Amino acid sequence: MTVSETIAATGAEVLRPHAEDAFADELKALAAADDRPRPERWRLSPWAVATYLLGGVLSDGTVITPKYVGPRRLVEVAVTTLATDRALLLLGVPGTAKTWVSEHLAAAVSGDSTLLVQGTAGTPEEAVRYGWNYAQLLAHGPSRDALVPSPLMRAMSEGMTARIEELTRIPADVQDSLITILSEKTLPLPELGQEVQAVRGFNVIATANDRDRGVNELSSALRRRFNTVVLPLPATPEAEVDIVSRRVDQVGRSLDLPPAPDGLAEIRRVVTVFRELRDGVTTDGRTKLKSPSGTLSTAEAISVVTNGLALAAHFGDGVLRPGDVAAGILGAVVRDPAADRVVWQEYLETVVRERDGWKDFYRACREVSV
Amino acid sequence: MTARPAGPLLLGVRHHGPGSARAVRAALDAARPQAVLIEGPPEGDALLPLAADEQMRPPVALLAHAVDDPGRAAFWPLAAFSPEWVAIRWALAHGVPVRFIDLPAAHSLAMAEEGERERRPGQDDEPRPGQQDERRPGQEQDERRPGQEQDERRPGQEQDERRPGQDGEPRPGQEAEPRPVPVDPIRVLAETAGYDDPERWWEDVVEHRVPGLPGAAATDPLAAFAALGEAMTALREVYGDGGHPRDAVREAYMRIQLRAARKEFGGAFAVVCGAWHVPALEARTTQTADRALLKGLPKVKAELTWVPWTHQRLARHSGYGAGIDSPGWYEHLFASPDRPVERWMTKVAGLLRDEDRFVSSAHVIEAVRLADTLAAMRGRPLAGLSETTDAVRAVMCEGSDVPLALVRDRLVVGVTLGEVPDTAPAVPLQRDLSRRQRTLRLKPEASERELELDLRKDTDAARSRLLHRLRLLGIDWGEPAAGRGSTGTFRESWRLHWEPELYVRVAEAGVWGTTVLSAATARAESDALAATALAEVTALAERCLLAGLTEALPVVMRVLADRAALDADVGHLADALPALARTLRYGDVRATDTAALGEVAAGLAERICVGLPPACTGLDADGAAALRRQVDGVHTAIGLLAGAVPVNADGLRARWRSVLHRLTARDTVAGVIRGRAARLLLDDGHLAQDEAARLMGLALSPGTPPADAAAWIEGFVGGAAGGGMLLVHDERLLALVDSWLTGVPAGTFTDVLPLLRRTFSAYEPGVRRTLGELVRRGPAAGTDPGTGPVPGRESTAPGFGPVLDAARADAVVPVLRLLLGLDAPTGAAETSEHHEDRLGATG
Repeated sequence: MTVSETIAATGAEVLRPHAEDAFADELKALAAADDRPRPERWRLSPWAVATYLLGGVLSDGTVITPKYVGPRRLVEVAVTTLATDRALLLLGVPGTAKTWVSEHLAAAVSGDSTLLVQGTAGTPEEAVRYGWNYAQLLAHGPSRDALVPSPLMRAMSEGMTARIEELTRIPADVQDSLITILSEKTLPLPELGQEVQAVRGFNVIATANDRDRGVNELSSALRRRFNTVVLPLPATPEAEVDIVSRRVDQVGRSLDLPPAPDGLAEIRRVVTVFRELRDGVTTDGRTKLKSPSGTLSTAEAISVVTNGLALAAHFGDGVLRPGDVAAGILGAVVRDPAADRVVWQEYLETVVRERDGWKDFYRACREVSV
Repeated sequence: MTARPAGPLLLGVRHHGPGSARAVRAALDAARPQAVLIEGPPEGDALLPLAADEQMRPPVALLAHAVDDPGRAAFWPLAAFSPEWVAIRWALAHGVPVRFIDLPAAHSLAMAEEGERERRPGQDDEPRPGQQDERRPGQEQDERRPGQEQDERRPGQEQDERRPGQDGEPRPGQEAEPRPVPVDPIRVLAETAGYDDPERWWEDVVEHRVPGLPGAAATDPLAAFAALGEAMTALREVYGDGGHPRDAVREAYMRIQLRAARKEFGGAFAVVCGAWHVPALEARTTQTADRALLKGLPKVKAELTWVPWTHQRLARHSGYGAGIDSPGWYEHLFASPDRPVERWMTKVAGLLRDEDRFVSSAHVIEAVRLADTLAAMRGRPLAGLSETTDAVRAVMCEGSDVPLALVRDRLVVGVTLGEVPDTAPAVPLQRDLSRRQRTLRLKPEASERELELDLRKDTDAARSRLLHRLRLLGIDWGEPAAGRGSTGTFRESWRLHWEPELYVRVAEAGVWGTTVLSAATARAESDALAATALAEVTALAERCLLAGLTEALPVVMRVLADRAALDADVGHLADALPALARTLRYGDVRATDTAALGEVAAGLAERICVGLPPACTGLDADGAAALRRQVDGVHTAIGLLAGAVPVNADGLRARWRSVLHRLTARDTVAGVIRGRAARLLLDDGHLAQDEAARLMGLALSPGTPPADAAAWIEGFVGGAAGGGMLLVHDERLLALVDSWLTGVPAGTFTDVLPLLRRTFSAYEPGVRRTLGELVRRGPAAGTDPGTGPVPGRESTAPGFGPVLDAARADAVVPVLRLLLGLDAPTGAAETSEHHEDRLGATG
């Protein structure tokens, strides 16, 4: 509440500007410095797009902030995919910056990240192809004027990058209408006896979550029209601690929680526990572990810490202590009461108990586990 | 660049570089030299004609070993795409003399041994940082260094940690290098050219110069060599020997050979050697100076032979591997006449289709496009392995690394196995085996015979180890036979039978190492890594100890710990633990270091403690019986472990006890296990008699289904030895059983009868009879006139007095004193008599 009020008070500023607006300066500097060949209707060359995402310093001294912290290889493959007019599918567990990367790619390539189809279980075919303005349709009959183009259709006719969020949540029959668009690069309008042909520069970036079950699995016909890039979880503990503490800070402020003076150690611990269980091996690489059924993503680590902060602030002494995060961790780890509990107990007994400086945490976990 | 009419043709190459190999072939075709000299041990000259044999298929390796110590050996692996191999085949095909000109193996083996004494890490012509640290634990000390030393290295070596497609990531171990890193010429050149990755630079400028591609229009086949030679000269002016002091000796020897060749062939011969050596071979030095360098070199008697090699071995970074990440890719580059990327993608698609993955031609087209575009974006002339791998992952593998691992194993590394003609000399393993057979006076005989070994004797222990090692290697000379009567751990029986096929097996096992010990160690490690089931690894650990392969143990232990951590079935863990505990005891007998083993075993026990309670519920009768046996095994094992593992011994025991307590208290746990747990606690004195009676009362209360109750009884008093004695001595428990049994309804009685019969029929006849008598007498009846229950005291168990009878207890004391030798012999007869009398009364 507080946040929106503050923003409302400062003026017409939006809560979250689009990537192309927020980083307009960087994009401009890149376009100016970029002397490499650009694919048709691209604002930047593939190299410059990769630089925009990964960060760097231009020859004129402009510093490009990194938008995505991760393997360079992935970004290169993603950008190159778009340059070869293949559609790009970004896969990953929740919280691996899929949407973030897709937005910035669209902003850098086409200068516009708003041609977006939000995939849900209720996404209709109109959202992918076109709809009708019924008043127009009744008054004048079918015509191009009565047609309401979808973001995808607009992207085709203007040679832009369209984005589809959560592709696997879209019902299978609606997904199928994408096949023609992606392979023939054309969208027939049978009612008018016309078609819309995609112009050069058109491409699609889709994101999908590869962890959730019960979603609409892509048909192999659709799948083979995409090049797939799997976005991994943060590679190093430092990177993850950094991400978690930054986000916790933001979330904590919006909830009016007092800042925790000594939270970093506990955050590090939560991140370590999550990473170890997720990777199935301790950070020193010496002991293998079973992995629980949950995802244990960075986003969940953030929520565990936030939850712990709230506990500490309202029921404790304001300092984030092992007891504040123990219950949250247990809840995140033990999703399947039978199998995951064994995993967690084994982890406690074989790893946590022996670790120096983790006595408090061990005890706190034992208390909530039993 | 043909400005070298008089001098020899110096072809500086990268060992195992397909581009170099191609260039060497082109250069030889163009120059048509009268002779070809190759960097390699001159003792191998006699073996060179075998390279043209029809049966010879690369990858193969030249193996040099010291005659009196086969453990000291060195390998020169050669693949089809090795420039040296190409040169050898060219010379043999054109009927031109071909010779090796490197320092003789006789010297290098001896020098390596000396170097070993001075400082462990041997250095190589083009060394790579981190190599020294990669020493596998399972190798004999003296065995490894020479191989390291002479092993053909290519420039750009420190890329060895890199896996395809992961370029740019930090490589571990590089910073940890304790010694100053010797210069890597290719890295310096690559950095000069603005590449951060020397491997990639080399590939771009040399290996990927496939004819028919733009940028690879090599007009003069010798131009590249000349340019590279110049670059190396410039480097060596700056860096000198670049931190490889031994190179000076080798290069001096090579120069002498060159001089000899010049006398014989004039200038018309070619030399194929590592690019790094080219400037040194061109250098003008005097014969005397070179001879001085070679003076007083140590020497051993060395023998050489060809052995078959594999691509996996070429790819291996440690041991005798050549450290090539991608032999399969190189072979492909070397073998494909044109369009390498297209052909590669088609190969990958074929492999994935064979594995039932859906890959269409459209996929191949898109993968090629993506790889080419990636290469363009990264500024490379041709898509390399990392581009093709990225493309395969994104297009054909749906972003997943799982099918990609298959591509890596089958294609990037490849499964090619080399072949060597039968006429090649015998492998050193056979030599080592014969030597050991002589020292241990254990002749290979075709007739079968029995052999009894007493492990307390040194020779017998060594024989046992040898036989165990051979068995690990698949050379079944001896088979363990059932021992004659004795089951002691110091006795072993073997049935020996040597068959001619075993010679073949020995030759096959030669790829594992040059001595029985090193080969068995390598084999055990490899088996451990390949094992899928936990039990396999535990068995392997036991065999390693029997065979005395202490070097292999760390690897086996690590695998064991990993498998144990990931195995979700408590039954498997429980099966593994007793073997481990046993092994720990063997370890003591055989004086091996078993600390690591103990740690693993403790970890295993820990996991069992966590996983056992949930695993004991919802079992059928067979499952419960199996688990009950496992609980017994674990109980014994933990008892043993607590003694052997000092760390946390008490903690472990206490945890196990609490697990048992939990089992006894939980209704959902199968009856037989609940009963067993109660019994184990009772036997160890951690469950009071009263508590045991309460538990039994609970288990046998009328509401419990009779089958469950019978199972509980089976668990509590059945099975293990002495089960029945408890009932004989504790009549309270007997009374509980008795009253339950009489309360079982007639209908269900027939159901529980088989189980009860099984329980009680396992008792010794004496126990059964006593029990029968006790039951017949009835629970309430006094047993003995003197000690009958005092009327009015209901709490007394039948057959026992309410309190201790002090007078009668005192009567036992003299006998005890006698037994303990505390009394003077004089009083013995009297007390004994006295005692007998009293004993009879007590019953």
